[in-house]
Amino acid sequence: MNSTVILNPELATFSRILVLGALTVYSVAFLVLTWSLTKKAAEGKKNKSANRLENIGLYLMGFGVLIHFVGVLTRGIAAQRVPWANMYEFSITGSFVVTFIYLVAVFFRDIKYIATFVSGFVVLIIGTANTLFYVQVESLMPALQDYWLVIHVSVAILGTAFFMIAAALAAILILKSGKRKFKLLKAFPAVEKLEKLSYQFNIIGFILWTFTLIAGAIWADKAWHRFWGWDTKEVWTFIIWTIYAAYLHATTTRGWEGKKAAWLTLIGFTAIIFNFTIVNLYFKGLHVYSGL
Amino acid sequence: MATRRPSDKYVVRKEYNEPIEAPDLTIKSWLRWLWRQLTSMKTALWLLLLLAAAAVPGSIYPQRSADPNGVTLYFRNNPELAKWLDKFQLFDVYSSSWFSAIYLLLFISLIGCVLPRIGVHYKALVSDPPAAPTNLSRLPEYKKVDIAKADLSPAIEYFKERKYKVAVVGNEIRAEKGFLRESGNLLFHVSLVGVLIAVGLGGALNYSGQRVLVEGETFVNNDAGYDTLSPGFLFDTKNLTPFSLKLDKFSATYMKNPNNVVKPIDFRANVSYTLQGKTEQALIRVNEPLQIPNAKIYLTGNGYAPDIVVRDVNGNITFSGPVVFLPQDSNLTSIGVVKVPDAPKQFGMMAFFYPTVGILKSGAFTSIYPGLAIPVLSMNVFVGKLGLEDGMNTNVFELNTHAMKQVAGGKSGTKAIQLQPGQIKQLPEGLGSVEFRGVKRFASLDITYNPMELWVLIFAILTLTGLIIMLITPRRRLWVKKTASSVEVAALAKSKDQALGKIVSEVAKAIKKKNK
Repeated sequence: MNSTVILNPELATFSRILVLGALTVYSVAFLVLTWSLTKKAAEGKKNKSANRLENIGLYLMGFGVLIHFVGVLTRGIAAQRVPWANMYEFSITGSFVVTFIYLVAVFFRDIKYIATFVSGFVVLIIGTANTLFYVQVESLMPALQDYWLVIHVSVAILGTAFFMIAAALAAILILKSGKRKFKLLKAFPAVEKLEKLSYQFNIIGFILWTFTLIAGAIWADKAWHRFWGWDTKEVWTFIIWTIYAAYLHATTTRGWEGKKAAWLTLIGFTAIIFNFTIVNLYFKGLHVYSGL
Repeated sequence: MATRRPSDKYVVRKEYNEPIEAPDLTIKSWLRWLWRQLTSMKTALWLLLLLAAAAVPGSIYPQRSADPNGVTLYFRNNPELAKWLDKFQLFDVYSSSWFSAIYLLLFISLIGCVLPRIGVHYKALVSDPPAAPTNLSRLPEYKKVDIAKADLSPAIEYFKERKYKVAVVGNEIRAEKGFLRESGNLLFHVSLVGVLIAVGLGGALNYSGQRVLVEGETFVNNDAGYDTLSPGFLFDTKNLTPFSLKLDKFSATYMKNPNNVVKPIDFRANVSYTLQGKTEQALIRVNEPLQIPNAKIYLTGNGYAPDIVVRDVNGNITFSGPVVFLPQDSNLTSIGVVKVPDAPKQFGMMAFFYPTVGILKSGAFTSIYPGLAIPVLSMNVFVGKLGLEDGMNTNVFELNTHAMKQVAGGKSGTKAIQLQPGQIKQLPEGLGSVEFRGVKRFASLDITYNPMELWVLIFAILTLTGLIIMLITPRRRLWVKKTASSVEVAALAKSKDQALGKIVSEVAKAIKKKNK
């Protein structure tokens, strides 16, 4: 089925330029949003010009995500398949989904104040992907030629996006409930609110992650002749799942709510990043799809 | 939240409400204390974190189950350290006693926590919502409306419209909603136990075996048909489904990517299998195993099997057939061994096969493309005892040249014998001749069956279902209390419930509107 695939390296180069364009826009957004935060901290959350800056930052992110989307799309067309088959593609698609989910969520929840974190994170991911992970378009190796690539990986990306937003909220929560009262922290809402919001994003992330794990097992049964074999990537998916399961227990355990649960959120998200970077690049296993 | 009442905690068993007795250190009380500790949420939390931490070393050190060659290599490179690591079962983390201890404790804790909750939940389902706490103003959401002798009917209506369970007792309305939250939670935990049991049983009832098949060869599904077979301890190999499978043709497609690296695009094993007297054709690909009753056949590897014929000086055939060569790199430079025990003088050959030969700067051969473009076979010949009689050298992929003399290739002074398909060359020292008749491909097949697999999947899906139900259903309790001069509305949620405040205001508003 794949012998007729015709790759388009020129289009892939165009896609790379678009992604770098998005990176530039996100960087500007990050600066504007940081400015807005400092202004809020100095002059109060209701400060008009601070809020205007925040909106400009969000619009910039919206503009960035449009370019980013075209960049991801053209990458997929250039490779004639879903654009998430190696680390570079996973990074650009993942960062697109994070930004997109965040911008959609802004309409439903009061989370404008973490825009700085989201844009900063996305800048970091795209920057790293572009400098360290970039590879030309390639056809899929036989093990990846399956519809589960579409389902398993896309849901993993989506779950990661929700976990990322929850982690940003948890990070603020930890800073806010710390002993040192930084001036900047005045720009953020109360700890209780952060706790609730972080929980809501985490539970969606956890549902998606559970699905990722099950879908991965179904695919592993097809491609690797067993549904679970403690491959390094399977191990880390399991570890992440267990940490977030512990987080869920923590939210209903006296003495563990709030700050401790927020720490678990951060540990969980660190494990996700570790799984995506260190495990992909340095650990031996069957998930050798970094393309590097 | 400090405002939560004890009965809203998961800790609901009766003994908790009993008065604390003076500590008597009998075994029974100790056990009971231990059991309470084990089944508490905090213990579950710690065990989960411990399990996560305990899983880490298995991703750092090679595991016998996933990467046996890695373990062998580790022992070779760090023999002293490996010995110690092995003592702590660090090469078998997931079947180690310490890892097992953690997850077994976790599951005992889970069962001990969940079982009583099923009873409690059942009672909650059939009984009325609980009475209001004495001081409503201490609940997380609270509103007071100053209306004397209010008509509370709009509140009842509000609750009934939204499918709350409602009870009116005196001047008090008790409403509760979201029982599905606990149902989902219980389903999730019970299904997790199901997953564990199904996985455990599957490990005992399954089997998995490997077989390398050269094109044209037939595999028969019985003990002897396998190169390796590992049945679970409850699986009787007499129960293997009787079928045979012939590899008709294996084909591979390769493509150069834009960086000029050759990558495989497709592997296809065309097979014909005979089951209950009926023969059918099938195609096995990497993501497409062949499924027949009680067996799944997977394509896990492939390579070349040069067809080699050896004759003695009189022209009698002393060896003949395709020899499986093990691939060494992505361009399929392959190594194989030919042993000729039945010749007048025993000898063996260690051979390299290059599907598309290329010459390195050093002058050595290598393969530069995995497909068959310029196939070359290069053989080193060793004379001497093969040791097949005394059990040495029984590994078909290894030639123990310890007690042998090299007569061709290497430093022997005679060049290695290089052959292209169809060529015949004389062997040195009057050993006869060797012919390279052609190249066949081989496929490595994995044949496995796990009768519990479907159950694992079913329980996994139930786990996910329970999880979704539990996490999206808010459990809420509301109370509306009428006093002589006012109406109080208050609410309590089991989770971080954003809508709670809104609901309380809505109820208060509805009462105000009616009593204007």
